[in-house]
Amino acid sequence: MTIELYDYVLSANCYKVRLLLSLLEVDHELRTVDFHPAREHRSEAFRRINPMGHIPVLVDDDVVLRDAHAILVYLAAAHDPTGRWYPTTDARVLGEMGQWVSFAEALMSSASAARLHVNLGYDLDVEAARRDAHALFRVLDDHLWFQEKAGRTWLCSPEHPTIADIAVFPDVVLSEEGGVSRLEYPAIRRWCDRVKAVPGFDVMPGVFGLGMS
Amino acid sequence: MSPTVSPGELDERAGVDPVARGLWHPLVAVHDLRRGQQGSAVLLGVRLDYTMAGDGSVSVCRSDDHDDRRPVQIAYEIVWTCLDEPATPLFETPEALETDRRIVHAGTIGVHVSAPRAVENFLDMAHFPYVHTDILGAEPFTEVEEYSVHVDPDTNEVWATDCVFWQPVAATTSTEGQMTDYRYRVPHPYCVVLYKTTPVDPDRFDVIALFCRPIAPDRIEAHMFLALLDADNSDADIRRFQLTIFGQDKPILENQFPKELPLDPRVETPIRADKVAIAYRRWLSDLGITHGVIPAA
Repeated sequence: MTIELYDYVLSANCYKVRLLLSLLEVDHELRTVDFHPAREHRSEAFRRINPMGHIPVLVDDDVVLRDAHAILVYLAAAHDPTGRWYPTTDARVLGEMGQWVSFAEALMSSASAARLHVNLGYDLDVEAARRDAHALFRVLDDHLWFQEKAGRTWLCSPEHPTIADIAVFPDVVLSEEGGVSRLEYPAIRRWCDRVKAVPGFDVMPGVFGLGMS
Repeated sequence: MSPTVSPGELDERAGVDPVARGLWHPLVAVHDLRRGQQGSAVLLGVRLDYTMAGDGSVSVCRSDDHDDRRPVQIAYEIVWTCLDEPATPLFETPEALETDRRIVHAGTIGVHVSAPRAVENFLDMAHFPYVHTDILGAEPFTEVEEYSVHVDPDTNEVWATDCVFWQPVAATTSTEGQMTDYRYRVPHPYCVVLYKTTPVDPDRFDVIALFCRPIAPDRIEAHMFLALLDADNSDADIRRFQLTIFGQDKPILENQFPKELPLDPRVETPIRADKVAIAYRRWLSDLGITHGVIPAA
């Protein structure tokens, strides 16, 4: 049975899943959830699929998963024969991936929140959200700079990208929609270009491929 | 969920354009209203409160003076209002009243750009292959062929006609690429209506409109309104298509500099394909619009 993704085209969290599906070349069908303006994710019908009332949700045969990061773990474990996107044999790498997935969660309440405020009018303290995003970007930029000095290209130790890169990338690359500039973070900008150069990379509205940047 | 602006984002330059103050502007989509609930939104730097009463009627007043009630009308699935007394009626679009069309408000999106920049981008065909790659255009079919532009003397609306462009996926109803005929109409300084070939009927046109609420000189909320000949696709799929296109335009719009549209013809160099943009800028100058533009010296 084909994998189904309950999806909204402008959602950064849904984009994480679409991006990994594209990188893994996994056939799938998109089920559009009318997040804005219809708020279909809050409807009774959708809550039968996800009682938390949020997207994305992945359905793979009898596996039904909510939460973008849980879905990334699942897809990499189930559909990546190379085992590179979620390597489970090295304790250090497992810890690093967990750390950066948590970092991606923090981006959701800062960079992503600012974007939802600007785009869809979510009522929140946008200045605080932007401040928090910049604090996180400083940490990320420093880390990537030291990685580069150590000859590493990606967020975690392996010489190839992992789901950590996929979890962090969307809210970073979309940050300017929320008024969070990346001008001060050259290592982040170089890393974004490296992610875009990975074979199988997919764009979303607001994210251009390398030809346009 | 009523889109809002932080107090710090209010701009004192807003609200002083007498021409813009006399126009009807889109305030909020009807589907974002709930009976008995109040919301608020900024128009031309002025915060307005709106309420839908239990009987479904809508009222609008200034937030700083609830006795100052503003005129209201519902059109295109949107509540429209005016800061002063309306100088002209809201433009009409007969196709939006045809009963066999799908009428869809595709969404309201905040954009950090001036309203005239957003309108001008909507009028531009040259960016299709590069920004809407494999949907509204594709390389190598990048040429914008000669088209006609005029200002209708009866309605004082800018029209671009005889536009054609090759499009891989022109609409949700498309099954193959097509040469698409376009006609653009600018009936309002901050609103633009597009008529384009529909894959389902050679004699009629799909109607796609962008209505901007000017919040500040460099900030809008964009309403996307559709009146389509499409019996098959769900509202969700139609919105997905439209929001995909708009989401692709958004970073382009937000990176334009200056944010406000310069009306002096010497400031930005146009090419032949920009004929309608030149007419639009001249028309804005003639109207005396100052909000969202850099007036010619």
